[in-house]
Amino acid sequence: MLRIEQLSYEIKGHRVLKDISLQVRKGEVVALLGANGAGKSTLMRLISGELNPTSGSIMLLDKRIDKYDSKTLARSRAMLSQQHAINMAYTVKELVIMGRYPHFQSSPSTRDWKIVEETMAICGITDFADRVYLSLSGGEQQRVQLARVLSQLWDNPDALLLLDEPISALDLHYQQKVLSIAKSLSRLGFMVLVILHDINMASLYADRIIMLKNGRKWLDGTPNEVLNSKNIYTIFSVESLINIDNHSLKPHILFKEMRVDPQFFNIQTIKAYVDKK
Amino acid sequence: MILKQRIILVTLLMIMVLTAIISLGLGAFHIPTKEVFIALANKIGLSQNTTADEMFADVLFAIRMPRVLLGMLVGAALGISGAAIQGIFRNPLAEPGLIGISAGASLFAVLIIAFETLLFVGLSELLGYYLLAFGAFAGAGLTAFAVYQISKKNGHPNITTMLLAGIAINALAGALTGLMTYMATEQQLRTITFWMLGSLGGATWENLGAIFPFILLPLACLPFFGKALNAFALGEDQAALLGINTDYTKRWVVLFSTLAVGASVAVSGIIGFIGLLVPHTVRLLGGVDYRYVLIGSMLLGAMILTLADVLSRTLVAPIELPIGVITALLGTPVFLYILIKENK
Repeated sequence: MLRIEQLSYEIKGHRVLKDISLQVRKGEVVALLGANGAGKSTLMRLISGELNPTSGSIMLLDKRIDKYDSKTLARSRAMLSQQHAINMAYTVKELVIMGRYPHFQSSPSTRDWKIVEETMAICGITDFADRVYLSLSGGEQQRVQLARVLSQLWDNPDALLLLDEPISALDLHYQQKVLSIAKSLSRLGFMVLVILHDINMASLYADRIIMLKNGRKWLDGTPNEVLNSKNIYTIFSVESLINIDNHSLKPHILFKEMRVDPQFFNIQTIKAYVDKK
Repeated sequence: MILKQRIILVTLLMIMVLTAIISLGLGAFHIPTKEVFIALANKIGLSQNTTADEMFADVLFAIRMPRVLLGMLVGAALGISGAAIQGIFRNPLAEPGLIGISAGASLFAVLIIAFETLLFVGLSELLGYYLLAFGAFAGAGLTAFAVYQISKKNGHPNITTMLLAGIAINALAGALTGLMTYMATEQQLRTITFWMLGSLGGATWENLGAIFPFILLPLACLPFFGKALNAFALGEDQAALLGINTDYTKRWVVLFSTLAVGASVAVSGIIGFIGLLVPHTVRLLGGVDYRYVLIGSMLLGAMILTLADVLSRTLVAPIELPIGVITALLGTPVFLYILIKENK
């Protein structure tokens, strides 16, 4: 279990996260929702160890994450981040095998290669295993990174998988595919924490939804408990209608069109000002 | 490492050894390759039937061999450090000079040349010929250490700050070196220029022995950072998530590179372009996996510097051209060619 208690994070006097407590249990997909700047990514980066909390604790399997040795932690926690800053001509296979780095000393075992083959097949990238990563499209690159992250944890069902907007670069098919992979991994025991922007996807695939607002945990519950028009308006300032899907019995959200009156733009005034000069 | 990369490494190793043996015979005083082989065979006790000409053997073992070995050591050191520094900076255009190693070495060398008679008389008597080498080594170490310390943010070395600090320290050392050069006498100026252009001409068994441990240690240890540097290519955060100790990697790569390059510069002056060009070429040959690139850069660096030194002592023999000039003259067109070809 991932157990976060009274976690706060401050940077330059600005409190980005305030008193967050939450849990992700084994076998659960938890979606993290919130407006831009609500603190979702910061929370993710605290759990991944990239940032250190100002106060509070993060426990993974009843042990504080700062008490783990780096290898053991790397075998029980992995994160797919939003941006990938690769500038060398690595091939897809070379990148995916890096996911096995915490598991071998100098050269990968047959088991490592088997795992890499399987994760590549699952992410649909086997066909370009020998191509250079930089020559792939954004969505394909994202799938390569996912295969690498999955390889890292593949043989440890007690592990925690962190996904920071995993589907934002993907086409319709792979958006569904990636979340369904996450979901089926959770059924094997994995803990999955995923940041999503698409509420309907969260409704479809998450067992639980946590909503953040201004650095605080605002809501925490099943999609049916949490997703209603009032909550969605509170978090995103967007009007919506909720239907309960007859088949899955899960909420399906329809958004109302948002209108901005062009008379609020200052284009004409600025143009007049420039012309006068 | 894939099979192709292993084959390339073995091929490079063989070509390097061959280049070294052949280059033993080349120079102002020519020794036929056959004599080189006979003399070598005699030395290691392989063939006693034919003995090499005594004069050939003398030149070979007293002059040529330390020089070729020095060239190989320095080339290997510059090549592997270049690759490792590029890994740390996650940038194929980085080179050891970026963290101030060469600039610091130059500054201290020029200081010693300019003020030897005034300030360093006692030291000079104590260290003799080695004063310059020792000074350059100390200068390299001090500047790299300063850059490393400045780059620390909350106790962790920050790569962006390291880059900026390196540029600043380079500029500062460059300005001071310029000032010293401006104030130097004609004779000192000549010594300074000669040193700055690099040369393997000072090679003896003694100074080869003196720098051997400083270069051997990095050559032996840096290849073990291949995995860590590959992970660095994913970004430092991802490297840490893969269980790599990023602070440890940065600290030791900077330290080993400084040792290797500092020791090289100390005995052979500034030899540019190897650290930048060699890793790049190795990548073009067989890919970017650092477990291959580090060893490849070591072998290719040794080979190229051996070749460059042959040219430096044969092109206008008996006069020797500065080896730094050769590496830049040959290196630049090759580099530009690669650059243009890559862009197309």
